[in-house]
Amino acid sequence: MSKDKFTILESTCVPLPLENVDTDQIIPARFLSATSREGFGDNLFRDWRYDHNGNPNRDFNLNNPRYTGKVLVAGKNFGSGSSREHAVWAIYDYGFRAVVSSFFADIFRNNCLNNGLLPIVVPDKFLKDLLSLIERKPGTEVRIDLENQLFTILPTARSVSFDINSYKKECLMKGLDDIDYLLSLRNEIVSFEALKK
Amino acid sequence: MEPKTLFDKIWDSHVVRSIEYGPDVLFIDQHYIHEVTSPQAFNGLKERGIQVFRPERTLATADHNIPTINQHLPISDELSRKQVEKLAENCRTHGIELFGLNHPKNGIVHVIGPELGYTRPGMTIVCGDSHTSTHGAFGAIAFGIGTSEVEMVLATQCILQPKPKKMRIKVNGTLQKGVTAKDVIMYIISQLSTGGATGYFVEYSGTAITSMSMEARMTVCNMSIEMGARGGLIAPDEVTYRYLKALPEIAETFDWAPLILNWRELNSDPGAVFDRELEFNADHIKPMITFGTNPGMGIAIDDAIPTLDDIDGERSTSFMKSLDYMGFVPGMKLLGHPVGYVFLGSCTNGRIQDLRAFAQLVRGRKKAPGVTALIVPGSKLVEQQAIKEGLVEILEKAGFELRQPGCSSCLAMNEDKIPAGQYAVSTSNRNFEGRQGPGARTLLASPLTAAAAAVTGVITDPRELID
Ligand code: SF4
Repeated sequence: MSKDKFTILESTCVPLPLENVDTDQIIPARFLSATSREGFGDNLFRDWRYDHNGNPNRDFNLNNPRYTGKVLVAGKNFGSGSSREHAVWAIYDYGFRAVVSSFFADIFRNNCLNNGLLPIVVPDKFLKDLLSLIERKPGTEVRIDLENQLFTILPTARSVSFDINSYKKECLMKGLDDIDYLLSLRNEIVSFEALKK
Repeated sequence: MEPKTLFDKIWDSHVVRSIEYGPDVLFIDQHYIHEVTSPQAFNGLKERGIQVFRPERTLATADHNIPTINQHLPISDELSRKQVEKLAENCRTHGIELFGLNHPKNGIVHVIGPELGYTRPGMTIVCGDSHTSTHGAFGAIAFGIGTSEVEMVLATQCILQPKPKKMRIKVNGTLQKGVTAKDVIMYIISQLSTGGATGYFVEYSGTAITSMSMEARMTVCNMSIEMGARGGLIAPDEVTYRYLKALPEIAETFDWAPLILNWRELNSDPGAVFDRELEFNADHIKPMITFGTNPGMGIAIDDAIPTLDDIDGERSTSFMKSLDYMGFVPGMKLLGHPVGYVFLGSCTNGRIQDLRAFAQLVRGRKKAPGVTALIVPGSKLVEQQAIKEGLVEILEKAGFELRQPGCSSCLAMNEDKIPAGQYAVSTSNRNFEGRQGPGARTLLASPLTAAAAAVTGVITDPRELID
């Protein structure tokens, strides 16, 4: 099954300048009872976005109309904790297509790549500057060029290159799906299994 | 031959093919699934029009959202009930063994896998749950995966996975009285921070580790993920073999001698190279407790919370946000702080040894007035064993009751929520904001520390209550 292709993204950003944001905050456990992948965006960052009475929390950046866009820029060690892929579905469903941080938890990063959400690791200093720039100038646009692995802050033309494993890059750019690939290896898997016994 | 680490030996023998500049195609021996992270994977199979490739290599249980009282009644929360029913339906369609709600072998996935003998040395094991690292205690490569990867395993019994780096953590020395495996791993996490082992698979070794029981080793490996590691593992030894051979479920199934002979190869060769090596001394570890909202924020129970001087500038916002949530201030001591709730259970500390430790401390004492205690066995077998050993009687005499097995308040998907603002000393593994219910304030600790809080109503050093 093919997925959306990712090539170039130009967008404004939503800043989330907190460290160690875990997947329980991204999507709290009480919203994990669904059996489909859709609709999790409504509860993205639920307990930070809404108060106990369900009213939007003014202080939280997702509720700040000055911050919009398809790129979430978050503090160090984003996505730690639970392996719940629901966290990625929620971020994607909300409308983000890339997450930028200086460090991601492993399982979260894999989950992103498996769902067409691009996790971009930038140096600590770059992240700090980017966050403060967005806070000062909320409409700041960035450009993500996956083919050339380049992240650019458009107004200043400051760029960093980012890492991505070339297999995953190809999957994202062509909208290819891992499971199709694995299914094509079934014979090889069967022989491997036979050999193992 | 080049010396190899234990991790390399197991990983390399499971690689079906390596993709150049890409991940490995890794064969999975044992797959565990539960109700919360599997439905979307089964939907995926349906859309592709395919069946589960090797149903006999997957085992299912319902644990995350089930109630822990009146399990014989229908689950009252409609979404949870549907999720559990969906799991049963998916298992039936694909011929997967299910130890669902009310099954005599039901329990938390990471408790039942080992106790029923499905988890064994040398295996590759995955589950859509980050605490799959628990199974590494048997000398297996075990790690948590996302739902897309669950679908991969169901479809092909393989996943695509880049090979992690390797770290060895040696813990030598002897644990002091009142100090448990939980304290050891909480101490290590406090030293490394929650992201300190990201990208690594950790092998634990050293005398403090090898002298641990299998239950204790599982507690250590379980929390590997809380410092960011993909997983943790411990080389199998006589303790492992003895544990496995004594499991009634599999005692007669295997021809043990040749198996064990193979398993003896499962250790890191002398001279094997790790990407990072660390060493800790167990003599100095005290009972630990967390004060913040991630598992790396742990201190010795008689220490004070760090002050802002101890925290580097950039992290001070997150640090203060965390303390605000907890209702604490920098530099304060936790001993004597009132506690409204105690939770004993989870895949970290819901095994028989944990119930024994808790019961031993509360024996002859009484539950403190005003404390609500949730005591939740990790599985039906643990529950049965606790009854058989008379632990339930001890607990009841002290004013506690045993609930029915499940994940319960560890992630509070069911009714077992800690009310907003309340403090809970919990033996689980995560103290994230809202983890035990919106607004709940979690203090992670060992079963002994939980028991000490349960009988005193305040944060108490368990060493004061044991002779
Ligand atoms: S007990 Fe907690 S950590 Fe363990 S599997 Fe259940 S929810 Fe996850």
